[in-house]
Amino acid sequence: MKIEILGPGCARCQQLAKNAEEAAKALGIPCELVKVTDMAKIVGYGVMATPGIVVDGKLKGSGKLFTVDEIKGFLAG
Amino acid sequence: MLKIFTMLANLVVYDWLGMEKGRHLTEALHFFIEDTTKIFFLLTVIIFFVSIIRSFFTPERTRRFLSGKKLFLGNILAAMLGVVTPFCSCSACPLFIGFVESGIPLGVTFSFLISSPMVNEVALVLLFGLFGWKIAGLYLISGLLVAIVAGIVIGKLNLERYVQDYVWQIRMGEVQEAVMSWRERIEYARGYVKDILRRIWPYVLGGIGVGALIHGYVPEDFLLRYAGPGNPLAVPIAVLIGVPLYSNAAGVIPVVQAVMSKGLPLGTTLAFMMAVTALSLPEATILTQVLKKELLIIFFGTVSVAIILVGYLFNFILS
Repeated sequence: MKIEILGPGCARCQQLAKNAEEAAKALGIPCELVKVTDMAKIVGYGVMATPGIVVDGKLKGSGKLFTVDEIKGFLAG
Repeated sequence: MLKIFTMLANLVVYDWLGMEKGRHLTEALHFFIEDTTKIFFLLTVIIFFVSIIRSFFTPERTRRFLSGKKLFLGNILAAMLGVVTPFCSCSACPLFIGFVESGIPLGVTFSFLISSPMVNEVALVLLFGLFGWKIAGLYLISGLLVAIVAGIVIGKLNLERYVQDYVWQIRMGEVQEAVMSWRERIEYARGYVKDILRRIWPYVLGGIGVGALIHGYVPEDFLLRYAGPGNPLAVPIAVLIGVPLYSNAAGVIPVVQAVMSKGLPLGTTLAFMMAVTALSLPEATILTQVLKKELLIIFFGTVSVAIILVGYLFNFILS
């Protein structure tokens, strides 16, 4: 599974990356975590409020620091 | 209703601790207890309700609403939407791109970018709790005014060529907007309150602590001598000092409240707080990704001048 964290590297983006890692570990899903800082790519996903989270190329949510539980939901479905 | 926090501080300081009224340490402690309890209570309650309101104003919806709006009306709407649309400075770039890509004029986009961080809920809560609703209202209105006027000025200058060229090539992806249920809105608001409190509590405590020391120990007319109405440079200097203090509105406002009680004029105080919230070096660095140097300088210059004018205006009216 590929998880992309969209954001310029602010504190919230880093926390989101940590939460995503934890969520993947808890579910035992092997995943590749990529931090996307390129503006064109971020906006290309339609995101105007960072941080955003993309799982396997699909935007799951943005503008919010998602919790570990919420990310588990993204990874499951 | 907020008297309850004064009563609480009375109870703790005078009754439980049996401290003597009028002494420096007593006054400082009283101020600290009253203000920390009051501010954390207000932050929790008000940010919760503001977040519920905000859950209706997504950036996507704001963008759709503003696209096609002309200068003037567009600037007024953008400044007002800036207050209720959730925004953090790290989102400044994608938001900027999203706005201009959908045909929102540059000046209107800037009105939003100025008002959104300046007239934010944390600053307003602190101003309301520490200064009262009148000054919070003045800040809100003059903040909107700065955002509208600076946006119109930038719009009139036709500066599109100073936007980084790649910005015009970007195509914004489409998102299908999820409709939130009330349960999700409440969940969102709770998460938002937690997120904000976790980030700002050390600054609030630190700011109120320093403010308490100033209240207790600094002589009443101390600042009148240096930064009073007699010093015409006080407003621009206050703005200059405010720029590097960004993102610490939470820590700065309690200190400013204490400082104002020692004789800093209201106009200078307002200008200083606006500089803290609206003009930030980290945000400027982030914005270099989408703005060329010239536009960044014009943006900062216009906002600074507008803030300084607000400072002079209130000092003049109220003196």
